[in-house]
Formats: sequence, C-alpha cells, structure tokens
Amino acid sequence: MECMPREELTKLQSERLVKIVKYTYDNVKYYHDRMDAAGVKPSDIKGIEDISKLPFMTKQDLRDYYPTGTFAAPMSDIVRFHASSGTTGKPIVAGYTQHDLECWSEGVARCLTAYGLSKKDIVQVAYGYGLFTGGLGAHDGATKVGCSVLPASSGNTAKQLLLMKDLGVTALCCTPSYALFLAESLHKSEDFSLKDMKLKAGVFGAEPWSENMRAELEEKLGIKAYDIYGLTEVSGPGVGGECEYQDGTHLWEDMFYPEIIDPVTLQPVPHGEQGELVFTTLTKEGMPVIRYRTRDLTSLNYEPCKCGRTSVRMNKIMGRTDDMLIIRGVNVFPTQIESVIMEFAECNGQYFITVDRVDNTDTFQLDIELRPECYADSVGALNALVKAITGRIASVIGIKCDVKIVEPGSIERSAGKAKHVIDKRKL
Amino acid sequence: MIIKQLSIFLQNKIGRFTEVTNILGQAGVDMQAFTVSENSDFGILRLIVDDTDKAVEALRAAGFAVNTTDVVCLECPDRPGAIAPYMNKLSEGGISIEYMYAFSQCGSAKVIIRPDDIALCEKLISGC
Repeated sequence: MECMPREELTKLQSERLVKIVKYTYDNVKYYHDRMDAAGVKPSDIKGIEDISKLPFMTKQDLRDYYPTGTFAAPMSDIVRFHASSGTTGKPIVAGYTQHDLECWSEGVARCLTAYGLSKKDIVQVAYGYGLFTGGLGAHDGATKVGCSVLPASSGNTAKQLLLMKDLGVTALCCTPSYALFLAESLHKSEDFSLKDMKLKAGVFGAEPWSENMRAELEEKLGIKAYDIYGLTEVSGPGVGGECEYQDGTHLWEDMFYPEIIDPVTLQPVPHGEQGELVFTTLTKEGMPVIRYRTRDLTSLNYEPCKCGRTSVRMNKIMGRTDDMLIIRGVNVFPTQIESVIMEFAECNGQYFITVDRVDNTDTFQLDIELRPECYADSVGALNALVKAITGRIASVIGIKCDVKIVEPGSIERSAGKAKHVIDKRKL
Repeated sequence: MIIKQLSIFLQNKIGRFTEVTNILGQAGVDMQAFTVSENSDFGILRLIVDDTDKAVEALRAAGFAVNTTDVVCLECPDRPGAIAPYMNKLSEGGISIEYMYAFSQCGSAKVIIRPDDIALCEKLISGC
C-alpha cells in the first residue's frame, strides 16, 4: 500500500471518496445539511479531483455537534471513545468502530515498521493512556507489529527509567518534551546512566518539535528520533510517520487524504507551498471527517522518497493557526522561537513566552534556562548571550523580544503537551 | 594565593539570597566574604566560604545554578597605602582586573581579585 504507484493510489482514493461522501450524506444530518447548503450532491463527486467542491469542516463544527452529532455509525457499532483535552472549550469526542481501530493501528504499525521496529523490539509507551489518543493508539499499533509493549503511560519518571533499563526497552513513544525531560532525568540520575539503556528509536509526536530538538534527543538518548503525526479528529497518532531517511512525514494517503489550503482564501495552494493542512478520512466509519481543517501549517512534498514509498511527505509543521501569536502585528510561532534557542549551546531547551499589553503596546518576554555549567561568573558574558539571542530572534521573526535568563528548573516541566506560552492580553 | 570562589546565579526576586543563607547555615558552611554583581533581571552572588565542596553540594541539591571560579586572594595589613604596591605591580605586569572586592578584620585585609591572567597575577603578588 505504501509503495503503490500513484495512478493506482489515485484510483483507490477516488473510489473511497465517492463512497465516504455518499455514506456521510446518507447517515449524518450535519453532512446532509452542509452539502445541500453548498449545492453539492453525492453524485457530483466522481473522483478525488472533485474534493474541492465539498465544504470544509472545522473544530467549531465538532463542538457545535458535541458529543456525537457527526458520528456516522450507530452507537452499537462504536467500540471506543477518545476525547481531546478541551482546554479551549468543550472536548471533541471521537468514536471508533472495530474497523476504525484496525485502520488506526495499521497506520501506527506502518510508522513503527518504517522506523525499523519489529516483533523483536520492546516498546515503552509513555504517552498518557486514557482519553488522549497517544497512549492507546501507540499501544495498539505496537501490538499489531508484535512488539513487546510496556504501557508505562506518562509520569513517574524514576519508574520509567527503572523499567526502561531492567526490561531492555529498545523504543520509547512519548511527546518530545517528555522525552527531553526523561533524558535530563537520566543524565542527572545517580542510579541510571545512558550506557545501561538499550534504546535505539524514539517515536515522538503530539506536539511540533524542531530539528535542533531532534539532534538533542538523539544525542542525549543515543537513539534515532522519529516523528509520528496524527490528531484525534482524524484518528490519532499514525496518520503518518517518517521513514529511515527522516526527510518528511509519510502520510498514509489511502486512509487519510491530505490537502493544503490558504487559511485566509480557503483555496488550495500550488503543490509544495505552505498552508493549512486539511484531511479527509477515506475509510473511517465511526466519525469520518471530510475536508477537516487541522490548523496545522505545513507543506506537502510529492517527490518520490529514497525509501521507495510513494506516499506524499509532509514537511515539518511550522506551527498551528491556533498557536500563532500576533505580536505587534507580526505572526510568531513558538516553534520558531524554539529553533533559535536550540541554536545556542548554552540553552537547555526550556523556554516560556509571556505576551502582554502595556500602554497599548504588546510586550513579548522570553524566559530561558541555561545548562548548569553555562551560568557564568560574569554578568557581562550573560548579558552578551541575552543580546545574541535577542538579535537572532529579531532576525528570524522580525521583532524584538525581552530575553530573560532564569534559574535552572524554574520553568515548569510537563508530562504531556508542553506549555510554552501565556498570552495575558485581554483582547 | 589562588582560592575557589562560588558564583551563584540568582533571579532578581525577593527571598532568593535569604534562601542561600538558610541553606549554607543548615549545611554548617561559614560565609567569609561576598559581593553581588547584577543587572535588572538577575544577579551573580560571588561568595568565599570555608568549605567550598560542601557549599556547592548543598546549593546544587536545592536547585541553584552554582559554579566555582578561581580567584586570587591577596592578604595585606589594614593600614593606609598597604595595597598600593601590589596594585602597582599588577599594573606594571599588564594585569587587567575583571572585578575585585575586599574585607578587613583584626588589622589585616583580604582582597579578592579576578584577573584576566590568574597565574601571572598570583606570581606578581607573591613576589611583593
């Protein structure tokens, strides 16, 4: 499936799209009403090229139809629920049929196989188990591959390291920020050291991370660190993943059809250009989505990959339209700040952005921690470092920020998705 | 002579220095001299103690960013003009001083010097 010639893939995508459009139109009032309002009938959709005739779906739609208004399968066929964290409103509830769970674990299994993992591997799943799709998603995928799965969930760092060592864990699945936290704990620990560990691969996702962070994780954990991509609304982790060349995230297009649109005009952008990623689930039964706007900003690469897979590759996510801060009129993504910080060897990768408004002007403060040995004896040296980072950020994003060095450990660590920003502006 | 000085990074907020004194007190470490160099966001507390290793251990365990720096400690009598010959030597020897601080007790003064060339500085002073 992953190496299918593109013509055949297009044919398969077309067949599946025609089917899913009819299925959702017939079974879900939401889709029926939306398509009627847009003046589109299922019979207008003859192939994948007709997808642009269909209306978009947003997170707000899923909230408006909370909890199960967009489900297409009867409740008796739903075998699992997951839900988003809902920090910005009601959670999004996703429902899965048995077939959906199989497709989902197939996606994760393809990723793990692409990272070189097999039934011989021992996989520690340190994503949170529960409503979050990370834990059970990675778990089911690793089980499908036949790996020995350690369902560690997140938290309890000392136990994570103990089991990692004693069981000879070869692959770690978690958020990149938690991986960094585990790596730091490992290096600080008196009981464990890197040479006790048999880790070879990291399966990191659920939040955007930079190439610099990859380099740091690979060095500190002695692994190859791979991206796994996904989102609850579409299925969960395993919508796509990298291959051994780590040159873009292969999307499993036979199940999840991607498009890139301009988030303002909503028109598709030319191949290769950056914009908002949109997904259509081609095989889902429980809660299909059609042209769902992910708010992730990225671009797609249709060039064949050296690994032989023909599936399209997604470039690193540049940020989310949600996370995008508009500071003094300039678009700022926390990932841009992160990649600047990681350029400086003195920094330990922890940062926190505070945006506020004082006297009608936006203030933009960046707190950073340094590696312990880099807290120099000289105020002058630290001032020079602050100046260098400020200058680099100004050249990357175009505005000045107020960089403050803070004490090590003073920025709050999180076991789940890292919180890097607080926006105190009352806008 | 060359001695070890502690350099502790402190964010500029109320109570940080107090915590340092509490920790060192509990560890039984005696503070002999200190100075603070600061900008608006943070300060660096430079500290001479009787047991450097114990102080470093106690402060690191409490999460402080502490490093040690070699400095020259110059001892001279506490009377007018006593330090001048030393400073003349250092100037003639081309030593540039990043920072220094001093304290005196019982008729004798100790001057802590952080020079650009620590070996040369120590040699010039011991030759006085």
